[in-house]
Amino acid sequence: MGRFSVLEEIAVADCALEIEGDSLDDLFETAARALCEVMVDPATVAPTVERSVDLSAGAVDLLFYDWLSELIYLKDRDREVFTESRVRVTRGSPWRLAARLQGGSIDPERTALRADPKAVTFHQFLVEEKGQRWRARVVIDI
Amino acid sequence: MKVTPAGDCIWEIPPAEKPGMRVPARIYASETLLSQMDQGVFEQVTNVACLPGIVRAALCMPDGHWGYGFPIGGVAAFRVDTGVISPGGIGFDINCGMRVLRTSLTEAEVRPRLRELIDALFSAVPSGVGARGSLRLSATAFRRIMVEGAGWCVSEGYGWREDLDRMEGRGCLPGADPGHVSERAVSRGLQQLGTLGSGNHYLEIQVVPPEGIHEAGLARALGIEGAGQVLVMLHCGSRGFGHQIATDYLRRFAEVMPRYGISVVDRELACAPFRSPEGQAYFGAMTAAANSAFANRQLITHRIREVFSRVLGRDPHALGLSVIYDVCHNTAKVERHRVDGESMELVVHRKGATRAFGPGAPDVPEAYRDIGQPVIIGGSMETGSALLVGTAHAMTETWGSTAHGAGRTMSRAQAKKRVWGERLLQDMEARGILVRAASKSGVAEEAGFAYKDLDAVVDVLHRVDISRKVVSLRPIANVKG
Repeated sequence: MGRFSVLEEIAVADCALEIEGDSLDDLFETAARALCEVMVDPATVAPTVERSVDLSAGAVDLLFYDWLSELIYLKDRDREVFTESRVRVTRGSPWRLAARLQGGSIDPERTALRADPKAVTFHQFLVEEKGQRWRARVVIDI
Repeated sequence: MKVTPAGDCIWEIPPAEKPGMRVPARIYASETLLSQMDQGVFEQVTNVACLPGIVRAALCMPDGHWGYGFPIGGVAAFRVDTGVISPGGIGFDINCGMRVLRTSLTEAEVRPRLRELIDALFSAVPSGVGARGSLRLSATAFRRIMVEGAGWCVSEGYGWREDLDRMEGRGCLPGADPGHVSERAVSRGLQQLGTLGSGNHYLEIQVVPPEGIHEAGLARALGIEGAGQVLVMLHCGSRGFGHQIATDYLRRFAEVMPRYGISVVDRELACAPFRSPEGQAYFGAMTAAANSAFANRQLITHRIREVFSRVLGRDPHALGLSVIYDVCHNTAKVERHRVDGESMELVVHRKGATRAFGPGAPDVPEAYRDIGQPVIIGGSMETGSALLVGTAHAMTETWGSTAHGAGRTMSRAQAKKRVWGERLLQDMEARGILVRAASKSGVAEEAGFAYKDLDAVVDVLHRVDISRKVVSLRPIANVKG
């Protein structure tokens, strides 16, 4: 199972995350979970929504960037956040992602709100394979 | 990196310090503020100095800290014919800016109703993650807003005609092109008009403290008569609409740069020649977002008037709730400046920096043309803000630019470790500052100790003569996302 941590010394005004996964799929799922925790307390989101997301990009890091950007976009367009995801990343030209998201609507009466991401940045951005595991570092503009 | 003194509160990094620098980097700061700046400021301002078509110097204001591409507090001007436009020089929150309204109320009149006012404002101006605006806009109406800016709000009944006279660019910058805005950006922002946002965005009720008026004549010209007077300040931007436009074009420019033989050391400095189809497309979309931000602050102004009127039982005109001014601090604008004695059109990027045109400048509203453009500098929710005016010297020193705020000194994570949001709210209330926040952890992140000393920043602006101090303001109530 993947894990993530907040990097306190990077990005004074925003949120820097380091994410690790047992596999590429796990990296993407863990990143989605991390982003959700940045935005809300996941325990306060009733699981009422399921969505599918399909993306493609020329490189794995751009796919990762687009994945998190999509979650930020859905937060604003539909006012939904996703506490769980199942992701399948396929290597190729282009790289492809197929994901199934589970989450709920942001309810000001029930949802414990945290920060409101504006965008994914390229600041100190990396996605890399380390042995059997994958690692990413990303700064989210708050 | 060698940083050498170049004047009182002025420092320079010469081009020899980094390969590719076309001009020096210039930082405006006291010795103390300079010593507090993170290394990223120096890296980023010298990276900006490498961009094609940059004129004279890459600048950083005294509230500078590191951002994405440009430092926050970064200002750079580029020739329109050979220079570039860079989304990183504007920021994700296009036309994040400030607005301040005066009232004819005193603290003594407002204090007994302050809780009611702040609760009503919290309800009338949605904030935080997932906030939804009160207007149900069609995509067609939204496209009109992109072109008309605050003027759309006034024509629809959400404001007074004279509000437009008290806004940078009269609340509508020329050159907006909805045709270069993605459907994704429209769908992201369509439901957010009239919302505050989160993070360091806020709506604040402030008073002029007893020692707060530094120049009485200038203060009166801004509509501020004396200590105890109540003002309302607003800090917010273009919301998801602007954020998506910035994301769209940052991504697109990364692919476009090689075509123009441009390479940058930092992906966040992705850019395109200003006159290229891509550069013009971004400028058109960016301006559309800027106009939506003016409309956002205008709609929120309307809600502020409704709330004050309802709670205090008087018409907003009778309450004297008029706009003093509205400034952008994340934009790129085509402006005419003098360069080596010649008048030249430049694309002036201000990222976390405010325009500060001096007396006599034609773009300054007639009401302020004798004194200079009002400048609004926001501090932390605990310490207060300041009003200044632009100067003639700013026009030649910094392309008519000045700082925008206090700048952060520590990360959000570090701030949350030092104080618990609930405790901070209690402490602030004990000190007479009421806060309604959509997120308690967000409050902790915005604690006063996380920001630089605003007085120190303002003092530099005054010493370098790029803005003149007029009024200091103290918060008494705050709405945060």
